[in-house]
Amino acid sequence: MENVWLVSFLSAVIVAATPILYASVGEILSERAGVMNLGLEGVMLLGAVSGYIVVVRTQSLLYAALAVILVGLLIGLLFALLTVTLQANQTVCGLSVTIFGTGLSGFMGKLASSNATPEFFQKIAIPGLSRIPYIGPIVFRQDLLVYSLYVLVALAYFLIYRTRPGMKLRAVGENPNAADYVGINIYRLRYLYVCLGCILTAVGGAYISLAYSPMWIDGMTAGRGWIAIALVVFSGWNPLFAAAGALLFGGIDVLGLRFQAMGVSIPSHFISMLPYISTVLVLIVSTGSFGNKRSRTPKALGTPYDRECR
Amino acid sequence: MNGKEGFSGMPTGLRLEKRGEVPLYINFLIPVFCIVLALIVCAGFIRILGFEPGAVYLRMLRGGFGSLPSFFETVIKAIPLMLCGLAVAVAYKMLLMNIGAEGQFCVGALAASGVALFWSQALPGWSVIWVMLLASFLAGALWAVLAVLPRAYLGVSEIIVTLMFNYIAILLLDFFVYGPWKDPGGANMPLSAPFAPEALLFKFPGTNINGGLLMALVIAVILYVVFRKTTWGFQLSVIGESCRSAGYAGMNISRNMLITMVISGGISGLAGLTEVAGVVGRLQPGISAGYGYTAIIIAYISRFNPLIILLVSLLFGGMSTGGYGLQILGLPSQIVNMLQGAILLFVLGGEILTRYRVRLVRPEREVQ
Repeated sequence: MENVWLVSFLSAVIVAATPILYASVGEILSERAGVMNLGLEGVMLLGAVSGYIVVVRTQSLLYAALAVILVGLLIGLLFALLTVTLQANQTVCGLSVTIFGTGLSGFMGKLASSNATPEFFQKIAIPGLSRIPYIGPIVFRQDLLVYSLYVLVALAYFLIYRTRPGMKLRAVGENPNAADYVGINIYRLRYLYVCLGCILTAVGGAYISLAYSPMWIDGMTAGRGWIAIALVVFSGWNPLFAAAGALLFGGIDVLGLRFQAMGVSIPSHFISMLPYISTVLVLIVSTGSFGNKRSRTPKALGTPYDRECR
Repeated sequence: MNGKEGFSGMPTGLRLEKRGEVPLYINFLIPVFCIVLALIVCAGFIRILGFEPGAVYLRMLRGGFGSLPSFFETVIKAIPLMLCGLAVAVAYKMLLMNIGAEGQFCVGALAASGVALFWSQALPGWSVIWVMLLASFLAGALWAVLAVLPRAYLGVSEIIVTLMFNYIAILLLDFFVYGPWKDPGGANMPLSAPFAPEALLFKFPGTNINGGLLMALVIAVILYVVFRKTTWGFQLSVIGESCRSAGYAGMNISRNMLITMVISGGISGLAGLTEVAGVVGRLQPGISAGYGYTAIIIAYISRFNPLIILLVSLLFGGMSTGGYGLQILGLPSQIVNMLQGAILLFVLGGEILTRYRVRLVRPEREVQ
């Protein structure tokens, strides 16, 4: 019986980690290019609500996915326009995207009132692989979005550390002046990675409303966007470490729910605090300067690039 | 350039030029222009969702400012926004982003309620509200300082930490209202017992407006003077501009951060007090309704000027009050959040116009 519990627990951990990790990988790409997007929470909500509305209206997950990508792209373009072209303050822009996204998603959510149970992403067992004891049922009996996330994390890691475009990406975030001198188009790359980041974040949000718990509730991301931002810092801007961190947070999340189900005597409100408290602790441990560590933050993070000020 | 340029009078491009001096009216006109633009864009969304934007805005305006009672309602809504906005502005003076006003508001409300619920009888009647004042200030200050300690001594980003503390504070408040502080005489609703009369803020005669307004006005004036006229206010802006030069000048940066956050968090805590002791009269879940976040928008649009924060808070308070009227039309009240977020986005985008001047550029011919 122990094994069944463990397998279902770990499988749930992966599901809980998925939306956070999508957003984190997106944010890593964006921050590697030097643009900090604190609007993840708003982008996730907009992704979640638009995916849900389209699924309710069309009963097609494909259309929903396309809509989510489109929404992510539009927000990405808006954010890049503000922070890259118009050189607005990235911190405050991110916050306003969060507030705007929370408002607009709640507003749009009224369109989503559904009578029928909508389609959602079902678990698909991969033939062969899902037979492996333990690993099979945990890792290879998930839904399509989880599988694409496996690929995405590997791709993002490979892109950043092993390819020429990845080198350019890091150059733009570390030293845009030098990158500009060798002919890299800073503005274009920042637009590209901000948009890509927003699309991935929107998909992460849509995972919540289309797979994790197929429905729409106002503000249903419940701070996951912010946890994803903390996770980026924790990971040192490395997608593989971000994956490890997401599993950790997913674990805490699921453990809290299981404790409640088992009737552990700690009041549920305190269990719900766990992810937020652990985010703070993890952040302190991973970014606190205890005298010996060199910061891994991209050096140009948060500063708009202005050719005239070279 | 040759003589043929007159042929094509059409501009073909926009070019940005740095401004030297920024005239005062520009600083005022551009935000107003951006707000109007934001309203136009949101009108598009409202249209798409099948409502008549003109009617919606008119209804909001009337709901917020149309009559004396509704204007009083707007002022009541604006009080916590003013206080939280001032709190955000204090922290931003040294470039600390206090996203945590929401949580500091909650613990302030919690502390004030604790005093009101359990010490109303024990303390002399006149002193109850003063003890509540002190308790809410200290609670908010403590919450803010805890969140900024890692920044002050370890360099950890205060943005995420203050934000995480919001979620923790809200859950803490929920724990008390759903658990130990639930009104034993109530119908098992998550509400505390109503406060005794001596634990309530005074109201301005003839209105429902509570004494929090006075608090906000006094604090705004004090901050305005402190920022402009005192050495300490100057020190804060030096640290904000450049940590390094402040360090060379012998200013204690970590200590100033903590002091700033004591004041900032304390003011947010007071905002929590005005809501429980001035408006609701008891503790209930969701007491803050996002004031702490709206306050960030307000502070930014006001360019952190304490006196302008008061005015912009009134405007935003009016939007919230007007938003209630919209629910009768079948519109979700979230529309207010959407409008406010959009306004900030446009104001941010428009900011470049205060630094740059847009020039129409006529086609230049390549010399062949």
